[in-house]
Amino acid sequence: MGTEAPLKPDSQRRRLVEFFLGGGLLASLASFVYPVLRYLVPPAVAELGGDEVVAGRVGDLKPNSAKIFRFGSRPGILVMTAEGDYRALSATCTHLSCTVQYRNDLHEIWCACHNGLYDLGGRNVSGPPPRPLDLFEVHLRGDDIVISRKREA
Amino acid sequence: MLTSLRRWLDERFGWADLTAPLREKTVPLHNLTYWYFLGGITLFLFAIQVCTGILLLLYYRPSANEAFESVQYIMTRVQFGWLVRSIHSWAANLMIFTAFCHMFSVLFLRSYRQPRELTWVTGVVLLFLAMGFGFSGYLLPWNTLAFFATKVGTEIPGQIPLIGRPVMIFLRGGEEVTGATLTRFFGFHVAVLPGITTLLILAHLALIQRLGMSVPPKVEAQWRANPAQAREMRFFPNFLLRELMAWYIALGALGALAALAPWGLGTKAEPFAPAPAGIRPEWYFLFMFQTLKLIPAKIGPLDGEIVGILIFGLAGFLWLLLPFFERGGRGRSQRWIFGAGVFALAYMASMTVYGYLAK
Repeated sequence: MGTEAPLKPDSQRRRLVEFFLGGGLLASLASFVYPVLRYLVPPAVAELGGDEVVAGRVGDLKPNSAKIFRFGSRPGILVMTAEGDYRALSATCTHLSCTVQYRNDLHEIWCACHNGLYDLGGRNVSGPPPRPLDLFEVHLRGDDIVISRKREA
Repeated sequence: MLTSLRRWLDERFGWADLTAPLREKTVPLHNLTYWYFLGGITLFLFAIQVCTGILLLLYYRPSANEAFESVQYIMTRVQFGWLVRSIHSWAANLMIFTAFCHMFSVLFLRSYRQPRELTWVTGVVLLFLAMGFGFSGYLLPWNTLAFFATKVGTEIPGQIPLIGRPVMIFLRGGEEVTGATLTRFFGFHVAVLPGITTLLILAHLALIQRLGMSVPPKVEAQWRANPAQAREMRFFPNFLLRELMAWYIALGALGALAALAPWGLGTKAEPFAPAPAGIRPEWYFLFMFQTLKLIPAKIGPLDGEIVGILIFGLAGFLWLLLPFFERGGRGRSQRWIFGAGVFALAYMASMTVYGYLAK
């Protein structure tokens, strides 16, 4: 029957087999899991449009009104103030990313989701938004209102 | 006929042995026995969700260009389509309501205590899953309200430091809420969540079957003092028939709600339109929504919403582990848990009402 001595190399051999078996199983598991994890991450979408967009034409907006335009994959808001100036800002609320709107009764930009308010310079004046809205540059090119990102100084 | 079928089954694989535990199961009988119905009603409503969900699948199309139109088609062209969808929406809300009632009844009757900790944990996870069902299903008709609810709801995990952004991109299927999000949510709603939920329901039921029904401590003490008072009812068929009556009443309420107050569809989502005034989530998210609305922009150096989200996350996690905070039979820990339950209920109820009344 079995004694201590012959068992020892046997158990060593067993450990070696277990190591290869376990390692092999882990490796094959990893080779299943890794592609699945990568599959779950959506491929990056190329940002369309670049730094400039035509948001509308002169005459589209009356004083004290606004419209949403598409800037790449995100919305922007073009406001014509009561004085007749154009302002363009990011329309994504800095709180939880709802799309903001212009309130012609308040002359301010309002987010309906959580009651955030911004002034026409984009500053967050009340409610939960933690940061101001990005301000864009507005140029007129012929009849087109062209919006571009502010160049960092 | 039925007897011969049963005998046939019994001869082949011991049907009587298999169903023996069910026949021996009893339900304690006392003046709080009615609270035992709530879990069963929730289960019944889940079954209705599975059935109506499968019916909706026959016509629904999960893409940004077709989703809204397909739901419109179900509601206007398909015979009784409006009823099926209305029942699905109403039963979802009722199910979450009865699940909440079930949870608080378990909390206040102290049924979560040893040895039933895992029954509580699986139950709370099931409630979270039900809310996940609600959140993912809400987007599927692709209407304006759902679009912005999803935008905000997926932005919330996105605020968690470090892991937030990848989680948000995983949920949305990209940087923004688009048709890719709809497809993902459809997958979660009809495959991932039902699979996990079914397994957990089985575990939850197995635990209840294994451990038996909990007797509230006060009743238990009375019974111990006077064993002659202790009474129980056989689960099958006595309790089950009563439970079926409760289901029937729930079905009646559901049918009445679905027929008299059919669920609306709203307007098709327009990703480049402002969020409409008066937007708010489903009622079971309203207390969190209202809190996020009230939290100031900055708390110390941190953004207010991050603080709010982390507090809710932590509270949810502690809630899940609630039974493990109870030490010994009586005393301080028990009063703390009771207090936490009362506070949670009062906070959620008052914030929900506030959310409805606030502009």
